Amino acid sequence: MKKRNQFLNAVKIPLLAILCSLIVGGIIIAVTGSNPFKAYYALLQGSGLAPKTSYANHKSMLTDFFSFVNYFTPMIFAALAVAVALRAGLFNIGVSGQMLAAGFTATVIVGYSDLNAFLAKPLVLLVGMLVGGIAGALIGFLKYRFNINEVVSSIMLNYIFQYTISFFINTYFVDPVSRQSREISGAARLTLMDTAIGNQKIDIPLGIIFAILAVILVWFLFEKTKLGYELKAVGYSGSAARYAGIQVGKCMVTSMTFSGILAGLAGVTYYLGYMGSIQPKVLLSTGFDAIAVSLLGNNNPFGIIFSTVLISLIGKGSTYMKSMANVDSEIASVITGIILLFSACNVYIKWKLEKQKREKNMKSGKEEK
Amino acid sequence: MDTIIIDGLSFALPLFIMAIGGIYCEKSGVTMLAIEGLQGFGAFVGALVAVLVSGLFTGNTPIPFYIAMLFAALGGAVFALLHALLCLKFKANQVISGVVVNIMAMALTAYLTKLLNRLLFGATSDKFVLTVSSRITVPGISRIPILGAVFTNVYPFEFVIVVVAFAAWFVMYKTRFGMHLRACGDNPHAVDAAGRNVNKIRLSAIIICGALSGLGGICFAYSISANFSSSIYVGYGYLAIAALIFGNWRILPTLAACLLFGFARSGGYRLVQVLQMPSSYQDLVMILPYALTLLLLVFFSKHNGAPKALGEIYDKGAR
Repeated sequence: MKKRNQFLNAVKIPLLAILCSLIVGGIIIAVTGSNPFKAYYALLQGSGLAPKTSYANHKSMLTDFFSFVNYFTPMIFAALAVAVALRAGLFNIGVSGQMLAAGFTATVIVGYSDLNAFLAKPLVLLVGMLVGGIAGALIGFLKYRFNINEVVSSIMLNYIFQYTISFFINTYFVDPVSRQSREISGAARLTLMDTAIGNQKIDIPLGIIFAILAVILVWFLFEKTKLGYELKAVGYSGSAARYAGIQVGKCMVTSMTFSGILAGLAGVTYYLGYMGSIQPKVLLSTGFDAIAVSLLGNNNPFGIIFSTVLISLIGKGSTYMKSMANVDSEIASVITGIILLFSACNVYIKWKLEKQKREKNMKSGKEEK
Repeated sequence: MDTIIIDGLSFALPLFIMAIGGIYCEKSGVTMLAIEGLQGFGAFVGALVAVLVSGLFTGNTPIPFYIAMLFAALGGAVFALLHALLCLKFKANQVISGVVVNIMAMALTAYLTKLLNRLLFGATSDKFVLTVSSRITVPGISRIPILGAVFTNVYPFEFVIVVVAFAAWFVMYKTRFGMHLRACGDNPHAVDAAGRNVNKIRLSAIIICGALSGLGGICFAYSISANFSSSIYVGYGYLAIAALIFGNWRILPTLAACLLFGFARSGGYRLVQVLQMPSSYQDLVMILPYALTLLLLVFFSKHNGAPKALGEIYDKGAR
């Protein structure tokens, strides 16, 4: 019973946040002269969750849906990366930079090689995990050894990665037509592009299997292992953890390393799965949106799956919404921002709800007497 | 050499005024990571007003520019209220609140720029084009070798910033309000015991921070790109935060940090030009301020004197 109540409470607040944001977003859309219901339905249609009125050749709702899965797979990893760090009281705002570093290294080492698919694909994942992990560990180490705020150091690293990699792409790996990095080999790609199933051509993302695996592993780490318990203890109170004999510094580095590994996986599933090439000088918004996703999912690995689907829905569907309901696609990030705004207040709302309940209990207690 | 000083100053001073804003906020005990968003929103409001009023003035007057500065400060201050609402009223985690404000500012300005361009000017554009700010050369002094470069080709906003920065320094260290503000960051309970309202002081600190950040933002919009678009979010707000940490939350050392960033940047650009390297090498130069920040933080963060109650939500009943 108690568990069920806890679950209800954990779900109630994010749902409230989503509902409020959708209402606010709907009002904005209505004020600017479009139909909000049509706009929201277009979001579903664009993500393959509702049928469109017409489809091109070899396309259907299924292709849209798989493309949507392909799109949100990196987000699951990225949100897990944020959540793992946040559980230990650290704020990894450098997920985008770590994604880029991992994606770029994997592209150069594996993507441009002529390894066969059975060797290349696992290698891509490994390289991604390694590079992301190193970048994350560095941030944790700087915090532990030199007391550098992880927010500042990871933002600095973001820019350093962004410009260094942009330099290397523009100097050595640029495709003169697309102005992006050269397309990687099909063998290294983590998404099986244009696979013919029946009369349809579907992009099958392999990354989603690993993403779900990662969700389970992260859940196991925090709920069932001693290390996970120590990390959580550090997150609740660093000084209390220290008195209890937990090595706080080691925990910080460990959690940032895990976070970096997950960010690296997000990077390879995005750049070597969804995209296939890297656009120089651009840092993805995925790493920042992942903060919203993680907060909305209560930093719970399973909650993250749902919040990822929701936030990605808004992002992925926004282009279709623009063409169908004539709403600027930028409204999508505004709605995401509002969701984030409401979920940032969740501590306050939780406190308010509990206070109400306590007062109610006290009242009924008195009446019984 | 002269170009290094001229460009370095025009970059360092807006950075400095934003960093001062951050110092105000953090000295009052509220973690401020939202400078990036505040400067962007301030620049957005300023640029919008500048575009709106530019029709009223003919010729090459700097008046729209000063109006833009005023409204940029106002816009930043108003948007900072969001951070205040989250941190002070809803007791949200201040780091998260800062990030939320940043994301919100980026999303809102991108959306509103497009929308307002369509509604007000009937144009499909994602930026507001500003006039190029005129530059001033102070006659006489500018002819002194090396030092004279400080007074050559100066943007008018640089003088404004120097005046505002001095006023900010005076308020922070020489007035009663400044003392209460600094006390709020170190020992808010003492401030409360002395009969002052901690949250009110923190609120005013956040508003000041927003105003100064907005001011810095419009200066960047004028000096670097002469327009407002999403390209304003290139992380100068975060650089300002790094500068203030490096400057140990004190105004004068922070100025030194900002000048260092400015000259490192302009010196790097100059180097690319002098050595006639291809333009893609500019990307490598862009790393300089960030790499320098990281390196310097390694040496200076160990013994930094962050305000003692920084990031803590003030709870009257807590001990």
